[in-house]
Amino acid sequence: MAKRRIRLFFPANLITEPVVYTMGKRFEVVTNIRGGEISADSGWLYLEVSGDDAEIDRAIAWAIETGVRVDPVEGDIIAG
Amino acid sequence: MAFTKGLVCRECGELYDLAPLHVCELCFGPLEVAYDYAAIRADISREEIERGPQTIWRYRKLFPVDGQPLVDIQTGCTPLLRADNLGRALGLRNLYVKNDTVNPTFSFKDRPVTVAATMARGFGFDTIACASTGNLAASVAAHGARAQMRCVVFIPSDLETSKITNIAVYGPTLVAIRGNYDDVNRLCAEIADRYGWAFVNINLRPYYAEGSKSLAFEVAEQLGWRAPDTVIVPTASGALFTKIARGFEELAEVGLISPATPRMGLAQAAGCAPIVSAHEANTMTIRPVKPSTIAKSLAIGNPADGYYCLKVIKETNGLAGSVTDEEIVAGMRLLAQTEGVFGETAGGVSVGVLKKMAEAGLLDPDETIVVYVTGNGLKTPEAVASALPEPITIGASMTEFDTALAKRDPSFEPVMVEAG
Repeated sequence: MAKRRIRLFFPANLITEPVVYTMGKRFEVVTNIRGGEISADSGWLYLEVSGDDAEIDRAIAWAIETGVRVDPVEGDIIAG
Repeated sequence: MAFTKGLVCRECGELYDLAPLHVCELCFGPLEVAYDYAAIRADISREEIERGPQTIWRYRKLFPVDGQPLVDIQTGCTPLLRADNLGRALGLRNLYVKNDTVNPTFSFKDRPVTVAATMARGFGFDTIACASTGNLAASVAAHGARAQMRCVVFIPSDLETSKITNIAVYGPTLVAIRGNYDDVNRLCAEIADRYGWAFVNINLRPYYAEGSKSLAFEVAEQLGWRAPDTVIVPTASGALFTKIARGFEELAEVGLISPATPRMGLAQAAGCAPIVSAHEANTMTIRPVKPSTIAKSLAIGNPADGYYCLKVIKETNGLAGSVTDEEIVAGMRLLAQTEGVFGETAGGVSVGVLKKMAEAGLLDPDETIVVYVTGNGLKTPEAVASALPEPITIGASMTEFDTALAKRDPSFEPVMVEAG
């Protein structure tokens, strides 16, 4: 089973949406919130996602489609 | 001996042994090196440092290395230039340029990479890696060659040929990835997880970032062991900015300078300014942006240390500003034409923001200011080329020369030499 550490960034229109819950229901992945901050107009979460590699890819692709920004917890890795 | 206590989580304070780790297992916060400052204070002196090598390794006790051999391409001890001409242009009487364009691979990246490569070899890695669009890639490849380690460098598939040459010459395995920036970024994180290489700015990031402290150490030493009043730092991920601040704090903590962290000035390109935007909006939440700027070496839209930069700005009563592409080019030209230093676009960002801050009256004309220029202009000549005047082209005739020169600049006058 693979594990991936990601950071989700929620724009204002998705703050009230149960994105993490839905991810766990729609895909065969286990989601584990490890940190974050939510305000009225934006928010972010550190999330550990466990499951089959391809299923994690599908779950992340779905989250991006819904409008959530998904990055590695490290942020931008490609440096100048 | 190393004076380290281990790695510590910047968020929850959890301690770890020195290892190739970068994220806290508990809260996913970033890890950084923790030192025993009391022990360093008892063991370090200005005189000992001044007798040391003309590289960043003269400050070895403030880095996390033990007795392992260094991976050293003679980085650091770059000039701190008193910039009276630039100062006059901006109304600043005590201005200095930290000219870091003259490192072995022509950017400040050699500083963090020499520390990361040394640690990589010490941890027993045989492969060193990074994902980069330029400066970091060249530095990692050069250090890989020096250490005779295998080296893998990931680049975007649309990187310019000249930049590829600057990396490929050192002999790394170069992997060009198709796809948009975010896809490439996520893939690199997964590769780093899977292959167990020393990825300098991922699993070795706590050590890598330490190297940038030397930009504070050197400036303090070059000023006669004191901190400047204000510094201006070009900023991408934020590691350089936060580590320069940390460097000045550490020097005070170990008794080498009086306690006085400078006012930290953060400079970004307007086309990629998520930290400046958060500062101006008075929020501690960084909103990632899609970069669009000629300052490619600063084009990090989701800066890992953005939050910590905002903290440093608050703690030091600091400043933040951004400049447009046109202002970046103007900054590059101003620096070159006043001080003879050809910095890359990031240097144009530093000087452009310095100019804006001076014009806005945010700087005291008599305070000591250091502006950091972190990469060589020869890396990005295309950024400034079209803004420069064409050369005067003439036939091999004195008449043509006289006419053309008078047209370009009438202030030149021939000296009349009398016959006899």
